[in-house]
Amino acid sequence: MARARKILGRGGLYTVIGGFALFGAFPFYWMVIATFKRDHDLFNPVANPFIFNEPPTLDHLRLLLFDTHFVTYILNTLWVGLAVVAITLAVAVPAAYSLARWAKGWGETLGIGIFLTYLVPPTILFIPLSRFASALGLQESLWSLILIYPTFTIPFCTWLLMGFFKTIPKDIEEQAMIDGLSRLGAMFWVVLPLGISGLLTVVVFAFTLSMHEFIYALTFISVSAKKTVSIGVPTELVRGDVFQWGPLMAGALIASIPVAVVYTFFLDRFIAGFTMGAVK
Amino acid sequence: MRMNGKAGIAEPGPKPGIQDHSGQLALFMIAPAILYIAALIGFSFVMAILYSLSDVTTGDPTLRIVGLQNFSAILDNSVFRLALKNTFFFAFSSQILVIILSRIVATALMKEFRGKWLARFLIMLPWTAPISLGTIGWLWMLDSIFSPFDWILRYVGLLGSPGALLGPMQNLYWLGVPGLAMASVIMVHVWRLLPLATVIQLAGLSSIPRDLLEAAEVDGASPWRRTLEITIPLTLPIISIAFLFGLVFTFTDMTVVYVMTRGGPVHSTQVLSTWTFFKGIEGGDLAQGAAISLFLFPVLAGIAILMLRMVRKSEVV
Repeated sequence: MARARKILGRGGLYTVIGGFALFGAFPFYWMVIATFKRDHDLFNPVANPFIFNEPPTLDHLRLLLFDTHFVTYILNTLWVGLAVVAITLAVAVPAAYSLARWAKGWGETLGIGIFLTYLVPPTILFIPLSRFASALGLQESLWSLILIYPTFTIPFCTWLLMGFFKTIPKDIEEQAMIDGLSRLGAMFWVVLPLGISGLLTVVVFAFTLSMHEFIYALTFISVSAKKTVSIGVPTELVRGDVFQWGPLMAGALIASIPVAVVYTFFLDRFIAGFTMGAVK
Repeated sequence: MRMNGKAGIAEPGPKPGIQDHSGQLALFMIAPAILYIAALIGFSFVMAILYSLSDVTTGDPTLRIVGLQNFSAILDNSVFRLALKNTFFFAFSSQILVIILSRIVATALMKEFRGKWLARFLIMLPWTAPISLGTIGWLWMLDSIFSPFDWILRYVGLLGSPGALLGPMQNLYWLGVPGLAMASVIMVHVWRLLPLATVIQLAGLSSIPRDLLEAAEVDGASPWRRTLEITIPLTLPIISIAFLFGLVFTFTDMTVVYVMTRGGPVHSTQVLSTWTFFKGIEGGDLAQGAAISLFLFPVLAGIAILMLRMVRKSEVV
């Protein structure tokens, strides 16, 4: 009896998990299928759409890579992402260190202030920022994105790094300072190496946040060759009213999967950063 | 972490020679972050308010203050009122679903089973992939002719034959019928935010002391009672955090609606963020666009206050 219930419980568990895994992953399976299906098979309303009814093909991939700006979108995204990572690290590391080490009353207030900037979202800011970017002569330039993306990566990464620095005992750098290093020297040579996992997390998040961004990119950039992957794929792979579903799905798939794999390793830390203060 | 009630323990004084100049240094190190945020976020927010009170357009960018004219024009517009209603409807209905479903997933993921890492990876995929690209996948799945959902419905005989339950036509036209289009948008929001809420709930569930649940079990409390009287009350703060974050994300999101329906059919899925974009950027009426987007702010401010309260409370505990 107890055994039967246990088997039933296991079955229920696998059903629930399986169902949700399917819900999460199905759109990606659908991209894989569409990427390699022949058009004739893809646009057949009668045949079973879940399998290959005709041999798979690389035509869509070939079209995506050689006849569209897809590779340019990827390069643009990499360039913007890396530049944003650099700016974010340069600004957020000192800020977080300062908040973690000297935060008494004002530090905490500032920390919360930084956090609150999250509540003035791109949806409110993109109209004035579009004027701002064009006043600086940056419309249609990736520099506008590089300048503006740190407005959401800096607050989040500062908040995240502050938590990491707080876990490093003060004694270690005080010892280093007694041994003759300056405060900044101790931060560079002692604290940062110890906080390397925190820095790596911030690199991953600043990069993925800028890769995921949509509204600013859509607003500032309309020249095809300047687009990033998150706006290029949904807006440019449509010729007139015709959606080129094969290449479209191939593009979505190629751009999603690598970042999803990397991101998964860091997900727990991301959530810890999010809920810091709420989870103890 | 605060040191409440620990005043009795004498802290060792600062070591001489170490704390000097640290005040200026602290300020110097944090200044770039504050300047960056103040210059871009603070300045733009103020500009958004100024724009909303002016008659600025992309064609005529000089700033002339015209008072509350934009707001009254917006409120008179029936599309705006619909967008406002939709924004609330999408945010709340998707987040209620997300909270219920994420609790189920999190409870399942607390258990040990074979292939857990794979299940976790697949369940997390929607959150890790760029949102516009995930939504594109959905757009193809909800295609008016080639949707696999329609195919299954036809296969099991619910659609596409005379006398079928869902009608004799071959397709449901997911994004072409107002009610179905709304349901589709909500489904994609749920799909997208379920992973985030699941991980937050997992953190909450694993923070419950095991011995508490075991003691309750020994005392003969049924699984239901344990859930109702221990698990839910203890994880309520973190459930609220997940709920509020989810609200902020769906409230301010424009990508899902923009990629899927562009607000259609006939504005039935229009939300404040897309309406802001269509009016302000595509229509060139920056002033009205700014005014529309500002309607998000009171709600966001309310959420912020709730969140801060909760964080304070859990710090005291």
